[in-house]
Amino acid sequence: MIVSKKDLPNFLDKLISEYQVFAPVRKDTFTVFKQICSGKDAVLAAGNTKLPVKELFFPQSEKLYSYSVTEAGAKLEATLDDQQKIVFGVRPCDAKSLVLLDHVFNNDKYQDPYYLTRRENTILVGIGCNSPASTCFCTSVNGGPFDTNGLDILLVDTGDAYVVEVVSDKGKALAEKAGFAAASDADQAAAAKAKEDAVVTCQVNLDGLKAKLDVNFYDPIWDKIHEKCLGCGACTYLCPTCHCFDIVDDAVDCNGCRVRNWDSCAFPLFTLHGSGHNPRTSNKERYRNRIMHKFKYFVDNNNEIACVGCGRCIKNCPVNMDIRVVLEDVRGSEARLDS
Amino acid sequence: MMKNPYLPLPMKLVKNFTETEDKLIHTFTLQFLSEEDEKSFPYMPGQFAEVCVFGKGEAPFGIASSPNEPGFLKFSVAKVGVVSTALHMMEEGSTVGVRGPLGNYYPVEELKGKNLVIIGGGFAFTTLRSLATYMMDPVRRGDYGNLTVIYGARNPGLLLYKEELAAWEQNPDINLITTIDRAVDGWNGRVGFIPAVTEEVAPSSENSYAIICGPPVMIKFTMPVLEKLGFPPERIIMSLENRMKCGIGMCGRCNVGGKYVCKDGPVFTRAQLNELPNEY
Ligand SMILES: Cc1cc2nc3c(=O)[nH]c(=O)nc-3n(C[C@H](O)[C@H](O)[C@H](O)COP(=O)(O)OP(=O)(O)OC[C@H]3O[C@@H](n4cnc5c(N)ncnc54)[C@H](O)[C@@H]3O)c2cc1C
Ligand code: SF4
Ligand code: SF4
Ligand code: FES
Repeated sequence: MIVSKKDLPNFLDKLISEYQVFAPVRKDTFTVFKQICSGKDAVLAAGNTKLPVKELFFPQSEKLYSYSVTEAGAKLEATLDDQQKIVFGVRPCDAKSLVLLDHVFNNDKYQDPYYLTRRENTILVGIGCNSPASTCFCTSVNGGPFDTNGLDILLVDTGDAYVVEVVSDKGKALAEKAGFAAASDADQAAAAKAKEDAVVTCQVNLDGLKAKLDVNFYDPIWDKIHEKCLGCGACTYLCPTCHCFDIVDDAVDCNGCRVRNWDSCAFPLFTLHGSGHNPRTSNKERYRNRIMHKFKYFVDNNNEIACVGCGRCIKNCPVNMDIRVVLEDVRGSEARLDS
Repeated sequence: MMKNPYLPLPMKLVKNFTETEDKLIHTFTLQFLSEEDEKSFPYMPGQFAEVCVFGKGEAPFGIASSPNEPGFLKFSVAKVGVVSTALHMMEEGSTVGVRGPLGNYYPVEELKGKNLVIIGGGFAFTTLRSLATYMMDPVRRGDYGNLTVIYGARNPGLLLYKEELAAWEQNPDINLITTIDRAVDGWNGRVGFIPAVTEEVAPSSENSYAIICGPPVMIKFTMPVLEKLGFPPERIIMSLENRMKCGIGMCGRCNVGGKYVCKDGPVFTRAQLNELPNEY
């Protein structure tokens, strides 16, 4: 199937009458996901959004429930966002990040109804990356610029049109309803060519990294690696797979609500006990935890690396920490088992 | 509909009891508002709950009551920060929230037919009390072997559950050894630090498990004693207290290596902890 770029705004307008539609829109010099009221606001050609798509499922700040308390008890009210949504223009790395977050919010014991309700009611329409950025390394972490993992539909930009690839049943139903024209052989060939021409130039060699992380918790390499890091947490807020949060109360007298906000393992207070003891005392332990979590703990628990190679942490770090270099350094270091 | 693990159960604070002489530990008795609520909270010794003071926040506390004490939950809470201080100031009759039960529990099945040495220091005696009370339930006492409890505090005024300790002194089902750091008038128990007292009492490791909770220094110095007595790491059980928020393995802060203390713990064997980094 195929949809011409000229017809796309119309197609989106039709969707907008039925769904909440989110797409990348311009903001200052970058793009972010926003709900759109008009199909022409969607900006698909500007590379990936500054903020990851996770915020549509796991907002930076979100009310869990409100309460009013009396001596007889408490009345609690939780509302789940079950609006039918379409997220349009998701990049493959971000789509994959949601598959990874599913492991977190639907773990072996508990389900998070806020996140999962949004996931259930959302259709993800992705767009492949014809020209990956220099900071992208998705192909090194089991992804790729036209990967469909997590998507319902993938669009491939062929110049004047998008070739529509249906990935899931949800995607199939949407495509059928949209009544896209059939793609010709020439269109298919153009899509294949776009995929072939899209080269992720940056390769990060992760051979042996996991085996190294399995044994190098106490290695002196960690004394050096974090040195530049300011502990500002920017990398964690912008990372599509980081999911740490805090829960706080917002209340006046007996009425209020409990809210969850993004938090970061880069912050000292994150692990500080009431007694004053802190298991992750300095930046060293905190930075090590970030790397260990993504490339060892998550792998041990879910058999997947918790980094999708989007490069956001590289582009946005104020002191130019480059996770690719860090991984290379860790991989090359001597491993020691003991403390 | 999936269960919403963030919603607390409203409970009534029926007793706010000053437990220690320094007034820093209070024991809270919370009553379920209905039988249905109680049924929705089946717990075991060693589990914890997030207790919330509406308007202030939530904090995790070990459940000090035992499943064989129906109708209420007990928590003994040290005053350290926002939530614990708000709890201390709460009037009886107020409504608080409780989210749980959370975490795993002491391996009460594996312990059947075994002797047990419980070692507690300071106010970290809460879930140990739950466990001892559970095992001493007459319908269950026969399932377990000898029960030895070594419990110490800086001074007698800082021991928790004094009335209960007095009753245990008289009870042949349990061998209670209490100790304080320095001698004071009127004290009949032992004097000395837990590691030294454990060495003196020298409980046999034969067919035995040790469960130990307390301040880090106490644990550090008691470990070698237990090793010397012949307790293998698989039969030394501990409970961790990393900082927590969600209690359900999602907010990311309580991990020790790849394990979340809230979801995969808080109860671990020494052998399990030996495999994990020292971030607790
Ligand atoms: C499994 C478990 C069982 C516990 N059992 C008991 C108990 O039986 N009695 C008792 O007095 N204390 C217990 N603690 C410690 C208790 O949770 C902290 O003292 C308490 O959270 C401090 O909260 P606060 O709001 O008063 O302090 P603040 O310092 O104001 O803390 C604010 C927030 O930080 C978090 N926090 C701070 N310190 C800790 C900590 N050490 N552990 C976990 N979260 C923390 C909490 O979410 C709290 O709401 C336990 C901790 C854990 C993890
Ligand atoms: S963005 Fe850079 S400086 Fe800030 S926490 Fe991440 S690595 Fe450290
Ligand atoms: S660690 Fe960096 S490159 Fe990897 S997913 Fe997160 S932000 Fe993207
Ligand atoms: S308390 Fe949130 S992950 Fe353990």
